[in-house]
Amino acid sequence: MKLPDESVDESRRSFLRTGVLVVSFALFAPSRLFAKKDTLGTEILAPNLPGSLKSNPMLDAWIRIDAQGISVYSGKVELGTGVRTALWQIAADQLAVPLQAVHFVTADTGLTPNEGYTAGSHTMADGGTAIYNASAQVRKMLLDAAAKKLGTSAERLSLKDGTIVAQDGRTLTYAQAVEGINLHRYADPVSPPSDPARYRYIGKSIPRVDIPAKVTGGPAYVQDMRLPGMLHARVVRPPSRGAVLEEADIDGTRRMPGVVAVVRDGNYLAVAASSEWQAILAMRDLQQSAKWHPTRTWFTPDELHQVLKELPHQDFLDADQPMVVDATGPRVKATTTKQYLQHGSIGPSCAIAHLDGDTLTVWTHTQGVFPLRAGLAGMLDMPIEKVRCIHVEGAGCYGHNGADDAAADAALIAAHVPGRPVRVQWMRDQEQMWEPFGAAMVTELDASLDSSGRLANWRYELWSTAHNERITNPGRLMPTWLLAKPMVPAPSVPIPQPEGDADRNAIPPYRIPGLKVTMHFVTQMPFRTSAQRSLGAHVNVVAMESAMDEFAAAAGKDATDFRLQHLEDPRAKAVIALARDQFDWAARLRNLPRGSGVGFAFSRYKNIMGYCAVAMELHFDEETREVRFPHIVAVADCGQVVNPDGLRNQLEGGIVQSISWTLHEEVLFDKDGVKSVDWATYPILRFNQVPAVIETFLIDQPGDSFLGAAEIAQAPTAAALVNAMARATGVRSHRLPLMRYPPFAG
Amino acid sequence: MINLTVNGKLHQVDVTPDTPLLYVLRNELQMNAAKFGCGMGQCGACTVIVGDRTVFSCLYPIASVGDRDVRTVEGLGTAESPGPLQQAFIDHQAVQCGYCIAGMIMRAQALLEEIAQPTEAQIRAHMNPNLCRCGTHMRILAAIRSAAASGRITPRQKVQGA
Repeated sequence: MKLPDESVDESRRSFLRTGVLVVSFALFAPSRLFAKKDTLGTEILAPNLPGSLKSNPMLDAWIRIDAQGISVYSGKVELGTGVRTALWQIAADQLAVPLQAVHFVTADTGLTPNEGYTAGSHTMADGGTAIYNASAQVRKMLLDAAAKKLGTSAERLSLKDGTIVAQDGRTLTYAQAVEGINLHRYADPVSPPSDPARYRYIGKSIPRVDIPAKVTGGPAYVQDMRLPGMLHARVVRPPSRGAVLEEADIDGTRRMPGVVAVVRDGNYLAVAASSEWQAILAMRDLQQSAKWHPTRTWFTPDELHQVLKELPHQDFLDADQPMVVDATGPRVKATTTKQYLQHGSIGPSCAIAHLDGDTLTVWTHTQGVFPLRAGLAGMLDMPIEKVRCIHVEGAGCYGHNGADDAAADAALIAAHVPGRPVRVQWMRDQEQMWEPFGAAMVTELDASLDSSGRLANWRYELWSTAHNERITNPGRLMPTWLLAKPMVPAPSVPIPQPEGDADRNAIPPYRIPGLKVTMHFVTQMPFRTSAQRSLGAHVNVVAMESAMDEFAAAAGKDATDFRLQHLEDPRAKAVIALARDQFDWAARLRNLPRGSGVGFAFSRYKNIMGYCAVAMELHFDEETREVRFPHIVAVADCGQVVNPDGLRNQLEGGIVQSISWTLHEEVLFDKDGVKSVDWATYPILRFNQVPAVIETFLIDQPGDSFLGAAEIAQAPTAAALVNAMARATGVRSHRLPLMRYPPFAG
Repeated sequence: MINLTVNGKLHQVDVTPDTPLLYVLRNELQMNAAKFGCGMGQCGACTVIVGDRTVFSCLYPIASVGDRDVRTVEGLGTAESPGPLQQAFIDHQAVQCGYCIAGMIMRAQALLEEIAQPTEAQIRAHMNPNLCRCGTHMRILAAIRSAAASGRITPRQKVQGA
């Protein structure tokens, strides 16, 4: 199997590196270049190894075999994307055992490898690749050991359902074979070959292992855990960031039925009670008596994008190829704006913490148990080895939401009631007010064709706060801001190219001779922002793919042809061509009913991961201002497909989620702070607004690298939507969300 | 003590009458299906059936239940022997994170007990109160259509005065 990195065009990569290098020195932002940690926060120990073996190079970190059976350990977590099943499929196939023969353990600081965060569509590329290789290497070791024990050669042995069979019929179990060999050894850079034709699971739509419990009321989430003696806790938050607590009737709340503790530490307030309803009543009582003094005011949404441009920022020059002289063809200048978005988990964040003696155990739906553990240990000034974080599923998070902060709440409250497990459940308004938002952005494009109708010059600038405020220090945990001794978040640092941060997918995949791309990385945050699926790609691909449509029209070319003419990567071209054909692009374009439009867009996520093209037809009703979607086609190439149905599920979800973002979603705020505190003030797409049909097509690459899927459809969907609205109405708008701003708002 | 019938089984629970049904189901009865999502009847994660009507259990005081039967996803089948809608959700893999799904299934159950063969427009209108953030809508709709087509859900007789 090829490693993911091999898919990077080396000439382009070295260019990118040079581009960043020059600017980094000029602008004193070298941390971006010299980070020894990868983008998910893990230490690189063995750069020559594939996937997450780079950060966890020992084989027994991943696989342990004994008389009890085979255990496979992953530092990745199930966030609702089906990766638990997909990773399990890889392990079973590469170890040549049935699925049920593998005991599969995920993200627990006490048990599993540290794979940093489960994020960025990295799970299959990093974690899947590690398990793929570690399992193949262990399989080879088992065969070699068995050959010695049986006095034969490994080639004369076969593997059948977890048993090693010699030609003369003698058998060994894996536990027998592993005796005397030590899996505590470094992985090899190159694994024994695997034949995709022999897979029982990889490439098959194996039903997800977590679904039966989820549809029958089995315990499936951290919210469903009930520990002996567990208390129910609620927090009481200030009305806005920075507000100071003047008074609160702590004693009055303390006397309410069932209340066990009322915590006040500076501006931090929480209650713990025997039952959940008692905790809610106590929370409400404390909310009533708490008097806050606001210390900050905010600008208004109208001023947002101007403010972003004026705040302090660091500049990163992502691409700098000299402009060419022949740029005399049509020119496109466009500003694209996006408001703040909420992750909007359906289940508000929840965590359980238990301080037992000098040991703290936290059950959490965090995306990263290891970074969270370090943050919690720092917050409570505990030795890191005395803190254990265990992942248990929560509701889908779609990036950095309140999960880590709720875990911090649970730990803070648990420290006040030692010996008792404490379950904290955030309320709806707390989740929506205090989760880190998806960053608002503004971008400006100025691009031109040459005299023959080809792309000539492309200048693109973008302004944004951070998209990656993960837990690199305790101050990144929001509850610590409220303590009597408040903690301070570590300074924002963007994820470097080629993955990018706000500048994710800011560099076009198209052949353009004159190219300058600049990220103005805003270092002061009016509202806390952090990772939300696709990061800056959502906006950058809208800006880019909308311009591609305008240029195609100006050059008298079909939108799909114009893209194909500016691409060289055969996989990119194949995805575009298949989407065009499956959608029946030309025929639909010719036969559009009044008020209808079709739109097309393409991107390769981060320019190095999954390829995705989206074609859609929509109808805009001028009277009701409703948008309907009769037909959407998506095509993806995510390398070797592990679970085709799981991949389709992710594409469909990404499309629906992106339609919701792009048409409707924005965080409301005014000078007093955040006003989107529930689903009425932050509406998302409902059943009467979702598409009529979404068709997905996959281009499989057996034996190739895994490229990931959960974030690849959002950006091209948003861009196809902008392009389809332009065709349907004759007006092109880049003001997101489209239905809240002129010209489409009612 | 308050009497409460859930999935045909009578329980006695020691809670105040204002306690929302959701917390009684989740804590006193240790049932997992109904979920806390918003506490305001805006998302449907807590949807259960009381009598023959869906309610948002996060808002519904236990005192309002009376002697009507409360039905939850636990009453429709088990992982080993799933009910028709549960089976359809498994067949269509109509789950991403799954947090909204128990509420989706109960709302769909109420529809199919009322209208055995609903139109697409009826399904979408009926399901509108329930939110899914993962974007699993297309599969949820497909699962409901195929459960309806299976004909395995029998219409429920209207309870007088409910």
